[in-house]
Amino acid sequence: MSTPGPSSFRPIFLLPLVVFAAVAVYFLFGLQLDSRKLPSALIGLPTPAFALPPLAGAPPAPGVSGTIPGLAAEDFKGQVSLVNVFASWCGPCLVEHPFFMRLAETTPIPIVAINYKDKPENAAAWLRRFGNPYRRIGADEDGRVGIDWGVYGVPETFVVDGQGTIRFKHVGPVTEAAMRDDILPCIENLRNGRDCS
Amino acid sequence: MIVEIGHFALVLALCVSLVQGTLPLIGAARGDLAWMETARPSAVVQFGLVALAFLTLFHAFIYSDFSVALVASHSHSLQPTIYKISAVWGNHEGSMVLWVFILALFGAAIAIFGGNLPASLRSRVLAVQGLVGFGFLLFIIVTSNPFLRLDPPALEGANLNPLLQDPGLAFHPPFLYLGYVGFSTAFSFAVAALIEGRVDPAWARWVRPWTLAAWCALTVGIAMGSWWAYYELGWGGWWFWDPVENASFMPWIVGTALLHTAIVVEKRDSMKTWTILLSILTFSLSLIGTFLVRSGVLTSVHAFATDPGRGLFILMLLVVAIGGSLTLYAWRAPMLKGGGLFAPISREGALVLNNLLLTTAFATVFLGTLYPLFLDVLGGSKVSVGPPYFNATFLPLTTPVAVAMVVGPMLAWKRGDLAGALQRLWLAFVAVAVTVVGTIIVMGDKSILAALAMGLAAWVAVGVAVELAERLRLFRAPLGEVWRRARQLPRASYGMSIAHFGVAVFIAGVTASSAWRVEVIATARPGDTLTLADYDFRFLGVRGGDGPNYSYDRGFFEVSRQGQPVALMTPEKRAYIVQSQPTTEAAIHTTFFSDLYAVLGDADGSGSWTVRLYYNPLVPWIWIGCVIMAAGGMVSLSDRRLRIGVPVRRRREPVAAAEATA
Repeated sequence: MSTPGPSSFRPIFLLPLVVFAAVAVYFLFGLQLDSRKLPSALIGLPTPAFALPPLAGAPPAPGVSGTIPGLAAEDFKGQVSLVNVFASWCGPCLVEHPFFMRLAETTPIPIVAINYKDKPENAAAWLRRFGNPYRRIGADEDGRVGIDWGVYGVPETFVVDGQGTIRFKHVGPVTEAAMRDDILPCIENLRNGRDCS
Repeated sequence: MIVEIGHFALVLALCVSLVQGTLPLIGAARGDLAWMETARPSAVVQFGLVALAFLTLFHAFIYSDFSVALVASHSHSLQPTIYKISAVWGNHEGSMVLWVFILALFGAAIAIFGGNLPASLRSRVLAVQGLVGFGFLLFIIVTSNPFLRLDPPALEGANLNPLLQDPGLAFHPPFLYLGYVGFSTAFSFAVAALIEGRVDPAWARWVRPWTLAAWCALTVGIAMGSWWAYYELGWGGWWFWDPVENASFMPWIVGTALLHTAIVVEKRDSMKTWTILLSILTFSLSLIGTFLVRSGVLTSVHAFATDPGRGLFILMLLVVAIGGSLTLYAWRAPMLKGGGLFAPISREGALVLNNLLLTTAFATVFLGTLYPLFLDVLGGSKVSVGPPYFNATFLPLTTPVAVAMVVGPMLAWKRGDLAGALQRLWLAFVAVAVTVVGTIIVMGDKSILAALAMGLAAWVAVGVAVELAERLRLFRAPLGEVWRRARQLPRASYGMSIAHFGVAVFIAGVTASSAWRVEVIATARPGDTLTLADYDFRFLGVRGGDGPNYSYDRGFFEVSRQGQPVALMTPEKRAYIVQSQPTTEAAIHTTFFSDLYAVLGDADGSGSWTVRLYYNPLVPWIWIGCVIMAAGGMVSLSDRRLRIGVPVRRRREPVAAAEATA
């Protein structure tokens, strides 16, 4: 075994270690980004300007007969709405889906949707199979509008007030508790002219 | 009871791995042979214990023991036996046991077959292998115990994710893990060499077979995964640059670079520090891949159920393993003495070029995969990096690799003759010209780029043949002489030619299937005929039925070509009963030259069905190319010089050793 002296140290050999250290720091911070608690940078701001075409073949929703229209920024004017970002390829979307169905069947709260990075035929089939709670659906096939909304991963759910301002954001599937403790109180408060929380 | 035995075995394995990771290191530092020799039995015992734990897990799954939480949440009594088995690794906990099992397998293999390694190197290699095992066993036992019981037991299981109930995917993880966990051997050898302070051609000969075996398995594993994505996801694509795919692809790229640079160490005693770095890097990327897939820092379609606590634990393992080995590298690598010098135009020079391009290509994939995370951490907007980025950066970097791959082996070591090599490759130039012109004439002039890519495939295929013919002196020497040369040519040479030929087949497959694919999306009623390329698809209708744990709608298409019947294709839509999750089963009619690919969509309620039909030319060549590459690796592995022990035996005999140094 040879152990030459320390004189042979060369800084360039530190480079891999330095690069790894930088990557590891990113990983550490990446771990702490709990996306569920991350406040959206868009809260308190108007919704991005957008206009999405309707989802071809979408089945009717409770209280809406005929074809389901698309979704645009102007559609939020006048009443508090719930915006759900979903996709047929997204497993967790199926988990939260019954909550929206129940909400659509039992309350007048308008629920609208952005169908994110999905094939229209898949999305329409998904809605036919599991039910359609959405009064308006914007088909965001390439995900451009989703990026403007700061969509991080599907599903995501927003509360938008009657002036078209985003007031609340929930990342991940909506749970019973989130619906009861956050989303419904927020909608109720906004309807009564108060702040979201 | 059986499950508790498994749990106990895993804890014992943890203790044994600690012994394996410490005593031999101390022994080697002190020159105490008895302490060093603890490495071999402990590696074998550790493997036995992990294997026992793994087997008890199999037992629990096969007999549907729903008192085990893992079985209850990932299996179902109706599930066919093959998927009860694959459910063992179709979840986070079980796949970690598979991970450690393969790590221990390689450790035991080095202990058993490494009889001729110098004692100090062997004990250090096994100790490093033991330490990695210790870290991951601890991870399993602390954060991901697969043996937790349920009280009261579940009556029925929750089923394996239907997408995973597929023969192609059932055996994809074992191959994948054999590959990227197998790179742990290169890592252990590199760290051991840094501790020893010595890297020589013999070291490279010991490392290469292990790396090559892992590389072959990884090639097959990635190909299986891509094949699965092709036929199961029903999109007709075969590679999506998804973070999880990239996690297995990055070790493959760097591992490929390592295989090539290890040749330079072996033959020319040069490029040592670089080879050591690649050895560390290859396995580090396997570790980082494990972290990315399981920590939830990147979201992906096929990520495991993620948990930040587990992520933090793996991150700590990364910091110790990668940070530790790179610190050792910064300290010890400068002391390694460089060997032979070489001119830029030489075999070594070509291999340096290969390494530069491959590592740059790896860096682009790495950046693309992690860029969303980097930006997110810096508080920037959320983005996803998609195929356009990867295609725009990765392809231009790998194209020159394919060009150089033909020329490199024609150059001599130390100083090569580029003009001479190009001259001798005249046939390959002819092949390129013929292919490019031929492609443009046949396919129309819209696809110049695709025609050039087909030319590249021809360049590689014919170039490989020319190189082999040169070595055999085919058409120059009498047949007897050629035959003698053919028999004497080392298997490693044949292995290289076969693997490089696989690359040519792969390029042709990728090019043709992306440039000349034809697709039809239509609604069809029974009796309708759809035309795709020059095939006619007559839609006969749809019939429903039940499989073992799903119900299906099966469509029937009678396919004919100019009136001649070709096939009956039956794509399915399945609904798995337990999870009510739909899957598509594409029907694929494959010939050697193309695939017909049919997917059944949804009924519109009035008797029409959406159907998607694809004609994918040369798409089978993508996977055939990968299999040929892996086969080339296997042939090379059977080379006498790489057969474990052969070079070593010579080294240990003092007389031969003296000759070698003389």
